[in-house]
Amino acid sequence: MSEVICPDNELIEITPENLLNKVMEMKRQGLRLSQACAAVVNEKYELSYSFAQEGTYRYITLRLVIDTSVEIPSITEFYPYAFLYENEMKELFGVKIKLINLDYNDKLYRIKEETPFLKKKEEQ
Amino acid sequence: MGKRSVIPFGPQHPVLPEPIHLDLVIEDEKVIEAVPSIGFVHRGLESLVEKKDFNEMTYVVERTCGICSFMHGMGYCESLEHIMNVEVPDRGKFLRTIWCELSRMHSHLLWLGLLADAFGFESLFYQCWRMREKILDIFELTTGGRCIFSVNKIGGVLKDIEPDMMRTILSVLDDMEKEILTIKKTFLEDYTVESRLKNIGVLTKQQAHDLGCVGPFGRASGLDIDMRKRGYAAYPYIDFEPITSDIGDSYARCYVRISELFQSIDIIRQASSKMPSGDISVPVKGNPEGEYFMRVEQPRGEAIYYVKANGTKFLDRMRVRTPTFANLPGMLETLKGADLADVPLLVLTIDPCISCTER
Amino acid sequence: MAKIMNFAGTMIKNLFSKPVTIDYPAKPAVYPERSRGHIEINIDDCISCGICKMNCPSGAIKVDRTAKTWTINRFDCVQCGYCVEKCPKKCLHMVPGYQEPMNKKSEEVYTKPEVSDPEANKQDASKPGEPDTK
Repeated sequence: MSEVICPDNELIEITPENLLNKVMEMKRQGLRLSQACAAVVNEKYELSYSFAQEGTYRYITLRLVIDTSVEIPSITEFYPYAFLYENEMKELFGVKIKLINLDYNDKLYRIKEETPFLKKKEEQ
Repeated sequence: MGKRSVIPFGPQHPVLPEPIHLDLVIEDEKVIEAVPSIGFVHRGLESLVEKKDFNEMTYVVERTCGICSFMHGMGYCESLEHIMNVEVPDRGKFLRTIWCELSRMHSHLLWLGLLADAFGFESLFYQCWRMREKILDIFELTTGGRCIFSVNKIGGVLKDIEPDMMRTILSVLDDMEKEILTIKKTFLEDYTVESRLKNIGVLTKQQAHDLGCVGPFGRASGLDIDMRKRGYAAYPYIDFEPITSDIGDSYARCYVRISELFQSIDIIRQASSKMPSGDISVPVKGNPEGEYFMRVEQPRGEAIYYVKANGTKFLDRMRVRTPTFANLPGMLETLKGADLADVPLLVLTIDPCISCTER
Repeated sequence: MAKIMNFAGTMIKNLFSKPVTIDYPAKPAVYPERSRGHIEINIDDCISCGICKMNCPSGAIKVDRTAKTWTINRFDCVQCGYCVEKCPKKCLHMVPGYQEPMNKKSEEVYTKPEVSDPEANKQDASKPGEPDTK
């Protein structure tokens, strides 16, 4: 029987002001950006930036809850490969992210509708 | 300095089974930069959570991909099982493990065939796909579907593998092991194959880490990431070690995937001998409330399922992050400095699955 | 030498062995018992509850309570088998045999025979599985 390493997922709530600080902290610890995604809950954006550690299988999620009008900085400065995730958030949910290093300007997915995942929530 | 030009590559290209477009900036024959663009097959499966209840979503999630279909369904079910505190019976867990490993073999054989096709070795391609066909037959025998199994449900699995089916599976795998050994020789020792794979698209361990690579692509560069070690399904009861290589070129990626075929056969044998009898599923009542990030190891790497439930039968958010999404930046890095002729091969070495990536 | 003649053995074996594929139209394809081909209904047991309709992920099933009909669009059906699992009377079954391709989507309507008319029941029972095609 092999050893099981299954620590619980960790969740840290952050604010837009200390987003970059926290991300830099993760970068210093040598964590890998595992995913970033957006969700709309109670007409507010819930952004999750998840970081994974190799070897220990720790999984830390930074949770950012913001109003739909708030603009947040891009984390591509620290994690250049976050551009795909950020473009996706921007295009599907309309999250305002500035200074993405490779900004597709809502042309990542070839879809007609603007911010399709956001609109449907409003209709409900 | 040579003359720079831009060559569009894809979305339609003989080596690409699925559409991805790359703008290759080349100088003479060398690629300087590659700019990807995806989005030809975006389906918006994630937003279906608003219309389908969480039980029905199992069947929608499964259809994210035609190759790792079972693992998509399983990852989704396991994340809901965590939220709802459901303990799947042991037999259900072992059955999931067996189907997972068979899927992995099926995917790796498919990839090996495509690789052989990419470097122009067509008869090797046919040999790989001939073996893959036997695995598809096993799927049809045990689940009823050749690609989409539809055997997952929240709380377990729907179909059992009977003892005589298990015997058939094991005997097919015994034969296949011998056949894979002969194929392995060609892939890893043949002069022509070596000349197309060795030292092509080298990615160091540091680069792979900095670009967030996962799965066999990352393991070929020496990253020891294997989500099966996290212990979902019946993997805690099974003895195995992730296969890594520290070379980081296309040859290493081929080596890792071939070795994983043997590893999968071994895991299936272990699972079948350790499988307890008993129930295969438990009934689940009520609606989920809470959130969970589930990580499973797919043939292509780590896949993440994020489920956020609000206590009703419709989920707030369901997100699938597929391994190709994480491996795309790594692929772009390997393309830099590569010959134009090697581009199709390098795109293939991450085992791209664009339809899953866009969902 | 070993480096270049690796595949020769497999190739020679290939030359002298039978093809691995079956001679399809001449020999019929064999489907295993569990093969998920299409949904079949035992309409006599159906109580028109509509649970299958509500749970169908692709919306292929229609149930009319008053007319006591059960309609399936076989071209929309994805053979997931969720209706079979959900059916309270267990009158739905997944059986082998795939839907043949056609140039138009069509629906199959099954009507529950009147219980008060034993003659009609008998007639239906004599030729089961022959639905009206709309």
